[in-house]
Amino acid sequence: MSSNIKIMWHQGKQYIPDVTTAKVPGIFRGRPVISTVKVNEDMLVDLCPTHAISANPICIDLGKCTFCGECAILFPEKIFFAKDCKLATNQRSRLIVREGEDQPVTLNPNMVRDEIRRIFGRSLKLRQVSAGGDNSCEMELNATNNVNFDMSRFGIDFVASPRHADGLVITGPITANMAEPLERCYNAVPNPKIIILAGTDAISGGIFADSPALNRDFLSRHTIDLYVPGNPVHPLTFINGVLSLLRK
Amino acid sequence: MKDMTIHNNTTIALNDIPKLNYDNFMEGNLGLLSEKPERHCVLYFGCREDELLRLICCLADDETHLIHISSSLVNPSTVLPSFTAQNANFEKFERELHENFGLKYADHPWLKPLRYAYNRLDLSQTVENYPFCQSESEELHEVGVGPIHAGIIEPGHFRFICNGEQIMHLEIQLGYQHRGIEQLFLEKKKLLERTTLAENIAGDTTIGHTTAFVNLWESLCGFTPDRSLSFARTLAQELERIAIHTGDLSGVCTDIGYQLGHSVYGRLRTPIINFMQEWSGNRFGKGLIRAGKINYPFTPELAERLQAILKAYEPDFDEITEMFFHLLSTLSRMEKTGVVSYEKVLEIGTVGMSARMSGLNRDIRTSHPYNLYGSTIVHEPILKHHGDVYSRVQIRKQEIKQSIGYIRTLLENVPEFPKTENPILTAGGDIFVLSLVEGWRGEICHAAITDASGNLIVYKIKDPSHHNWMALAEAVQNNEISDFPICNKSFNLSYSGHDL
Repeated sequence: MSSNIKIMWHQGKQYIPDVTTAKVPGIFRGRPVISTVKVNEDMLVDLCPTHAISANPICIDLGKCTFCGECAILFPEKIFFAKDCKLATNQRSRLIVREGEDQPVTLNPNMVRDEIRRIFGRSLKLRQVSAGGDNSCEMELNATNNVNFDMSRFGIDFVASPRHADGLVITGPITANMAEPLERCYNAVPNPKIIILAGTDAISGGIFADSPALNRDFLSRHTIDLYVPGNPVHPLTFINGVLSLLRK
Repeated sequence: MKDMTIHNNTTIALNDIPKLNYDNFMEGNLGLLSEKPERHCVLYFGCREDELLRLICCLADDETHLIHISSSLVNPSTVLPSFTAQNANFEKFERELHENFGLKYADHPWLKPLRYAYNRLDLSQTVENYPFCQSESEELHEVGVGPIHAGIIEPGHFRFICNGEQIMHLEIQLGYQHRGIEQLFLEKKKLLERTTLAENIAGDTTIGHTTAFVNLWESLCGFTPDRSLSFARTLAQELERIAIHTGDLSGVCTDIGYQLGHSVYGRLRTPIINFMQEWSGNRFGKGLIRAGKINYPFTPELAERLQAILKAYEPDFDEITEMFFHLLSTLSRMEKTGVVSYEKVLEIGTVGMSARMSGLNRDIRTSHPYNLYGSTIVHEPILKHHGDVYSRVQIRKQEIKQSIGYIRTLLENVPEFPKTENPILTAGGDIFVLSLVEGWRGEICHAAITDASGNLIVYKIKDPSHHNWMALAEAVQNNEISDFPICNKSFNLSYSGHDL
């Protein structure tokens, strides 16, 4: 018993006291900032492996970006990735960052359904479904509840059964082989319910977007309540995203 | 048998691979493997040549450090005798050939769908109607788990046949994660696209798979990486090993119900992956490994930082490990649980940790060295002999300590990172190349074939899980079904790496 207490003591304080103001250590490729400097736009657009960059004006779609940072390496005068980890929003078009704009990514408050804040504001239970995810997003979602990030302190938890859940968190590009299980899992969640897409693969298909092995019909049938970009999503991005959806 | 031998990451002309008739091909390859535990099949795949199918078989010999290659041209509509009937190493490889090309085998014992690839030949076989092994007995019952599991993990279906609490048989159905990666490697022509694909094969092995890809790609283009690139890849791989092994120890503690171990190992993983973040801007190292260059050089400041992190990591790791490995309540859950014997792993042909747990010495870092292995780092594989959960956990414990030692050796001599520019890499024509890497799970194999103008015509990926899933099914036999989670976690195999 005494050695247990010694071990606990030796861990020190590991939790992040305020996740809403916490900074990611080291370099972090978060929200891109695009300057109005003129560069070879064709080269820049052609560079991106997931077609996240478009021209006239130069924009980066965070729903498609894999945050590999290659554009910022080759065009440092044009693009840099700020450390801002608050990237989640409820409106797909707000994930598109335009040149010359240096604004944080925020939610559209008018699009948040009434019942979300009223019913889930103080307690939200989520069921996670990996539909072709590569296990990095899944590991980061697990990390949201470790001793560092401790998401349960906000009443947000992952649960084992869809019957106990208030919504789904989907990772991965949604493979054809997972389309049916995903639909069945969604149907098993009682109403009202929310859907969160976590990671670039889930939001746009990412590098797999053109693959015939996907079946993304699920997304056209249901309303998405939150898009959380990242490859994988950082736990801070996820927690702050969900908190912004639940609380004003 | 007339065959050809190459080393890891050496290229050969496609035409130099001997073409044998199927009988000689089969007899020769099975003969090479017979009574030779140091040899195993690293890759066996098909490549369309007009109406025919060319089968290419690659056998690695761990003692001579050579890879034997031979091939055979067959007509996909003829019925062939299977390798599997004589050597179970080929079980999944032949199922894949059957699924993708319709090859028929007269005596394959288990010719079931493998991953339901979108471009499979028989589209009437779907993931919903997998032909499970069933029992007629009224005494036995079946338990189905998945594809969606209780935790936040990848999908796969487990079907148990149980006698009360006891598992008589487990059948594992995969394919839910299939994204068509091998085909995307051919369709996406840009190097950055292919590197991104490699990074997303299995996110928990980002460094392992991307290293296998870039080593292969550099060989294909005749580019020799300097010491700084090899240094970064070796260092990143050992960091990945420490991070995932630590997380796995946390997972095993969770499944035992040992809360303190779960929390402490879980938090010990954080400084390691946060260091990856500091170095490469991503906790899993996505963006770090690139062919012919590196965007994030390893600086002396980072070296100092890493030394400090390891210095803080070690005493805390040792303290909890001392506790975890001496508690009767944890030991009783791990010892003699989920046993796979040496004979069985040899028969299945497991690799990596899943081989070393039962005394089968398979480690690419020693047998087919690459990057700085075999030079700066002379690796000694860690072997256990009981093949139970405890052996698998012990391997992780000791490999973490070993990797820390390797990292300290590497940090004694941090190379200068020259300013890198985008190198011009052009793939050679009519070439075959194979790249082996020892990821934290085990042997990763990537192989490529180019046409006359250097375009990729085949890209094959094999995650260690390809071999090792069968070992999990073996391990749980005769165990209680309540021990399944701890057995599963102690293997921690990849779904996405298998399904591709």
